[in-house]
Amino acid sequence: MSKLTDLNLAQARDGLVSKAFSAAELTQSHIERVEASDALNAYVLKTPEKAMDMAKASDEKISNGTAGPLEGLPIGVKDLFCTKGVRTTASSKILGEFIPPYESTVTQNLWNDGAVLLGKLNNDEFAMGSSNETSCFGPVNNPYQGANGENLVPGGSSGGSSAAVAARLGVAATATDTGGSIRQPAAFTGTVGLKPTYGRCSRWGVVAFASSLDQAGPITQTVRDAAIMLGSMASFDKRDSTSVERDVPNYEAALTGNIKGLRVGIPKEYRVDTMPAEIEALWQQGIDWLKDAGAEIVDVSLPHTKYALPAYYIIAPAEASSNLARYDGVRYGARQTGVDIDDMYSNTRAAGFGDEVKRRIMVGTYALSAGYYDAYYIKALQVRRLIAEDFDRAYEKCDVLLTPTTPSAAFAVGKQVEDPLEMYLNDVFTVTVNLAGLPGLSVPAGLDANGLPLGLQLIGKAFGEEELLRVGEVLETAAGFTTRPKQWWSA
Amino acid sequence: MASNQNLIAGATGDWEVVMGLEIHAQIASESKLFSGAATEFGAAPNSQVSLVDAAMPGMLPVINAYCIEQAVRTGLGLKAQVNKYSVFDRKNYFYPDLPQGYQISQFLQPIVGEGAIEIDLPDGSVKTIGVERLHLEQDAGKSLHDQHPSQSFVDLNRSGVALMEIVSHPDMRSAAEAQAYVKKVRAILRYLGTCDGNMEQGSLRADVNVSVRRPGDELGTRCEIKNVNSIRFIGQAIEHEARRQIDLIEDGGVVQQQTRLFDPKNGETRAMRSKEEAHDYRYFPDPDLLPLEFDQAFVDAIAKDLPELPDDKKARFISDYKLSPYDASVLVSEAENAAFFEAAAEGQDAKAVANMVIGSVFAGLNKAGLAIADSPVTPSQVGQLVGLISDDTVSNSIAKEVFEMMFDEGPDQGKDAHVIVEEKGLKQVTDMGAIEAAVDEVIAANPDKVTQAQERPKMAGWFVGQVMQATGGKANPQAVNKLVLAKLGLDS
Amino acid sequence: MLARIGLDEAEVPALAKELNTIIGFVEQLSEVDTEGVKPFTSPVENKMRWREDVVADGGYAEHVLANAPDKDDEYFAVPKVVE
Repeated sequence: MSKLTDLNLAQARDGLVSKAFSAAELTQSHIERVEASDALNAYVLKTPEKAMDMAKASDEKISNGTAGPLEGLPIGVKDLFCTKGVRTTASSKILGEFIPPYESTVTQNLWNDGAVLLGKLNNDEFAMGSSNETSCFGPVNNPYQGANGENLVPGGSSGGSSAAVAARLGVAATATDTGGSIRQPAAFTGTVGLKPTYGRCSRWGVVAFASSLDQAGPITQTVRDAAIMLGSMASFDKRDSTSVERDVPNYEAALTGNIKGLRVGIPKEYRVDTMPAEIEALWQQGIDWLKDAGAEIVDVSLPHTKYALPAYYIIAPAEASSNLARYDGVRYGARQTGVDIDDMYSNTRAAGFGDEVKRRIMVGTYALSAGYYDAYYIKALQVRRLIAEDFDRAYEKCDVLLTPTTPSAAFAVGKQVEDPLEMYLNDVFTVTVNLAGLPGLSVPAGLDANGLPLGLQLIGKAFGEEELLRVGEVLETAAGFTTRPKQWWSA
Repeated sequence: MASNQNLIAGATGDWEVVMGLEIHAQIASESKLFSGAATEFGAAPNSQVSLVDAAMPGMLPVINAYCIEQAVRTGLGLKAQVNKYSVFDRKNYFYPDLPQGYQISQFLQPIVGEGAIEIDLPDGSVKTIGVERLHLEQDAGKSLHDQHPSQSFVDLNRSGVALMEIVSHPDMRSAAEAQAYVKKVRAILRYLGTCDGNMEQGSLRADVNVSVRRPGDELGTRCEIKNVNSIRFIGQAIEHEARRQIDLIEDGGVVQQQTRLFDPKNGETRAMRSKEEAHDYRYFPDPDLLPLEFDQAFVDAIAKDLPELPDDKKARFISDYKLSPYDASVLVSEAENAAFFEAAAEGQDAKAVANMVIGSVFAGLNKAGLAIADSPVTPSQVGQLVGLISDDTVSNSIAKEVFEMMFDEGPDQGKDAHVIVEEKGLKQVTDMGAIEAAVDEVIAANPDKVTQAQERPKMAGWFVGQVMQATGGKANPQAVNKLVLAKLGLDS
Repeated sequence: MLARIGLDEAEVPALAKELNTIIGFVEQLSEVDTEGVKPFTSPVENKMRWREDVVADGGYAEHVLANAPDKDDEYFAVPKVVE
């Protein structure tokens, strides 16, 4: 049955509809593959029994004609999504064995549509990281290895999701993106990552990192799969005040392959000095592909791009320092003892948070403190507006933007972990999108000299996911990325 | 300007005490400010807590429309600026009964800005106290510290309950002014129906900022006395705190800015240990919420629906019923009292009704520990009784007796005043012949007193008393007086 | 400290160095002219939605307390707080 795990989401769906195989069979083969994947460390919790129960229920629905759009499709869920009755940790020690008595809106939408939960996926602790090395469960290994067989990071923070999809440990995975956490790992693993417009997917029940930046989205094998997943994940949710009341279109129907006359903007500020030649070349290749498909190429300027990372590294830690204040050992999570209440807080948080989380909480606390609020926090919010306005102006001249997703391919585990700033630079091309609240899509477009995947990023207008996916599919087709990692992690 | 009578004498001279109040008023809503959990008082611990109130991971706030309306309504009632654009901020600090690690409040841009209210002082004068702002915020949970030797227990039922924080300017100069201010704010809230004003249950509580200075000096360093929950305690807390600060300064000390607690058991304030460190709350706009916006039509619709407020009612009582400002302010202190008075006064002598309502009804209810809604005597019974005085059917003193009978019998067996008067034969004697006979009889029986009275006309009162006694109090006192004077030859 | 995270003395120098590096990095924002620019607090431009005042939640103390590290019957329990 192992061949069932070669199918992408759309293929598996079609196979289930045509009854070529059952949901139970599809899920069973994925469970077996997940069981043999421990060397990747992608799953922090496997739920095989629940998966089989859900799959059997799906088979029932398929046979009685009440199947949902994702009926019987086994997926992995980033451990940032609260899942009712299933341990949720955000890959932080501080949540201990937290079992939510509630289900996040996004995952509930997926279950309502028939998807099957294989388990919870590893991520950087509280989604803070770009390599999945800050997880309390240890790093995730990229299914792609270095030239000398060294382990590489799968990107982050959704490294478990990207590794799982690249290694076929599920037909798709949910992920979240605060500064690039969907797109960068997708680029590092030869998968498709879609960060929707802020407000498109509900944040209700997703462990918060930075509330004004966080957005859930899928990591998938193909652009079509991303369209199908988004169609289910997206919804208007009155429980999230920042959820936007807007119908969810049929994203799959938007994949017409026709981008004639579409204006593709190329932002000159993304041509950074340190960019490797092969990424520069891939970007040019992407431009040519879209031009060949009938798009018009337009040079645009996003003049404040340079300031996106510094603004992000004030805004995100500031919000995080407040969002993570609730982890105090009082109502849930792992408490440490203390002689008094303040001592209990300090001990609990010292033991519960990892170094990167502590660093960000401290930076955020500093940026919000009375004497620095205007100079740092307000300043960053003003720069954020300038960045958003850069995009507004660019979209007067074009419909989508094309950029590289990352400034490099996947790097070795342990290589950047010592230098927080170097790690932050991974997000240089992705973070502007979060600041402006726009949708972004990473599509695997080529390989570097070491045979590692590289991605190109498309940036759309707010709620322009249909157009974004349409261009993404054209790019995907032109790139013809079919590389699969060698299966070194199991026999 | 402060009047001199408010100054406090210290060993080294006079001091002026300066106060500003932050009143926390719970909005009378069914559900919480940002969650759908109930707000009812007295429920089992943690039974009125949603996942949002417990700050479970990934939970998000959604604002309650009714609470917004009530804040606007209150703003209009305080004659304050209503801001059609306001912002919710997070106020960050750690405390076990603050589940999120921050309180959602409004800092730089509150829903209501500057306003003013007039307070009635015991000497009958009126003073205006400035209101700086009113903002919406969440209440915290409740910690119980006395249930266990080494642990505190946390109940989150109050967590997330909607509060209006009403912040005054430091315009008050005596405990009496601060008390009058709280009474007035409470009356306005209760008129509006936006807060039940129940201080015992914590629906209304005040943080009192107290400082002292030499008259005319700059403001002194203030101490904040947290969560004082009765008007009497507010007075005690201020008096103790002002005296403490004066003694401290006069002994060469310096007042530290500090948060203090009032202990009703010994009537003293003490520094709060947990709040000793200076707080940096790190306010910033809550990214889980959007700015709060509404249009003028929303405000206008609420304004249209506003009830008559205490000041307007007082003015009307003075002009329409010719009441004294004092009586009017007593009657309007609670909307129910004013309504009782107005119902009783219908078609009657309003001043006489006011006297009876204040002198007999309120006193009787007070003594019996009853609320006005539970009064054994109805407004129309009071009105009728006043009517009997007006048409000389009974005298004032008989009316008092009749009132007591009605009050004691209660509304069920309670008979209307004219029935009691009829049954008990309390009708005033206005038959001049009968009165004259009684007067003659008393004069005839007391020749020595007649002589005395003719020498000392004040003695005439003794005859009036004898006649009243002889007639069982039913004789019209004016008529008796007139006849006695005439018969004694003192009426010239 | 405000973040309520206990630190070992030994950790402090390295952490301080990292924080200084990060603060140094974000300080380049001071180059940007932001005179008169309104701070950007949310990408969502809609008006905030209001919910009706109805009791639609709560009433499940057992869920609220289910994950508590320490509790006493119906209450969360914490080391004693001295007010």
